[in-house]
Amino acid sequence: MHARADTPAENAQTWPEDIFGVLQRFDVRQVPYVPDAGHSQLIERVLGAPSMRAVPLTTEEEGVALLAGAWAGGQRGVLLMQSSGVGNCVNMLSLTQIFRFPFLTLVTMRGEWGEFNPWQVPMGSSTAGVFELSGIKVLRAFSPDEVREVVEAAAGQAYNACTPTAVLLAQRLIGAKVFTK
Amino acid sequence: MSSTNLLQRRSVVAALLKDRKDTIAVGGLGASTYDIAAAGDHDRNLYLWGAMGGAVMIGLGIALAQPTLPVVVITGDGEMLMGMGSLATVGLQKPKNLTIVVLDNEVYGETGGQASHTAATADLVGIARCCGITEARNLTTMAEIEAFASLMHDITSGPRFASVKIDPANLERVLSNRDGAFIISRIRGALGYQPI
Repeated sequence: MHARADTPAENAQTWPEDIFGVLQRFDVRQVPYVPDAGHSQLIERVLGAPSMRAVPLTTEEEGVALLAGAWAGGQRGVLLMQSSGVGNCVNMLSLTQIFRFPFLTLVTMRGEWGEFNPWQVPMGSSTAGVFELSGIKVLRAFSPDEVREVVEAAAGQAYNACTPTAVLLAQRLIGAKVFTK
Repeated sequence: MSSTNLLQRRSVVAALLKDRKDTIAVGGLGASTYDIAAAGDHDRNLYLWGAMGGAVMIGLGIALAQPTLPVVVITGDGEMLMGMGSLATVGLQKPKNLTIVVLDNEVYGETGGQASHTAATADLVGIARCCGITEARNLTTMAEIEAFASLMHDITSGPRFASVKIDPANLERVLSNRDGAFIISRIRGALGYQPI
């Protein structure tokens, strides 16, 4: 177990950069997100990318609907969120089956691997199940060196085969959040 | 249940879409979708039969992808209340080509006419304005609706929001297409995008 960095500058990782590279190669244009510490480095990169539109949300389900609209308008997108946000999306995930649009989401996991906060555990435990029940394929990345190929595979099947896909980025990868007074 | 002082929803939507040109229209779940269908099927209509609370965000996704096309979301007060946070998201993004029109009958008409929050306390125009959609207003006459329909085509001055208090009478349903894959492929085709 390692500690999660609170700011990207504190402990820059290479895997968020790998994800950013994959998103650029797949011409991803709209990036809705609800912030998570695990996504902070990627969000910074997206905010600084002229070809991408970062869209901060008030709740994660907004992002599912936004990506459906983006596809109707001819653009690809990806939804960035934390595992606790997946439950907020449930009814809106219907759109992935109804529209058969290329839905891709990258989810930073909480509630596993050394979690301090018990309130994160219930939703973190059901995250994969919720996706599977909603018809979304689930891929996982546990270590930094596999992130690129997992996200590449996910983007490939989402955008090329219109197969809605979620990548769960394990808490072991990100590091358990440290709570200090 | 009918009031002569309130606008008629079918007339309002017909006036909004009469000279629509290249406008993309998104209809919220429920009677708004029927109103858009009643105004005439169109390959740039995106009818929603579910995803309650998602109409404005779908409109935002289209508006960001197609900044040179006018995009109008026409939805009801109940659907808008469920997606109220999306007004804050639109207020932040400020898409100049997006228009949101709420047909406010103050009830959940599809489910038996139960009162919605706008019947008593919630002020959607005030909410939209406080979320940063400064161009937010109530429309109360057909003349105002017609002027607003022209304004909708100005893709340099949005986002804009309008609430229209309408007659709560339930009208005969005009059923649109409800095959989502067809509806979205048709819009994409109209914009020049091929199926995968």
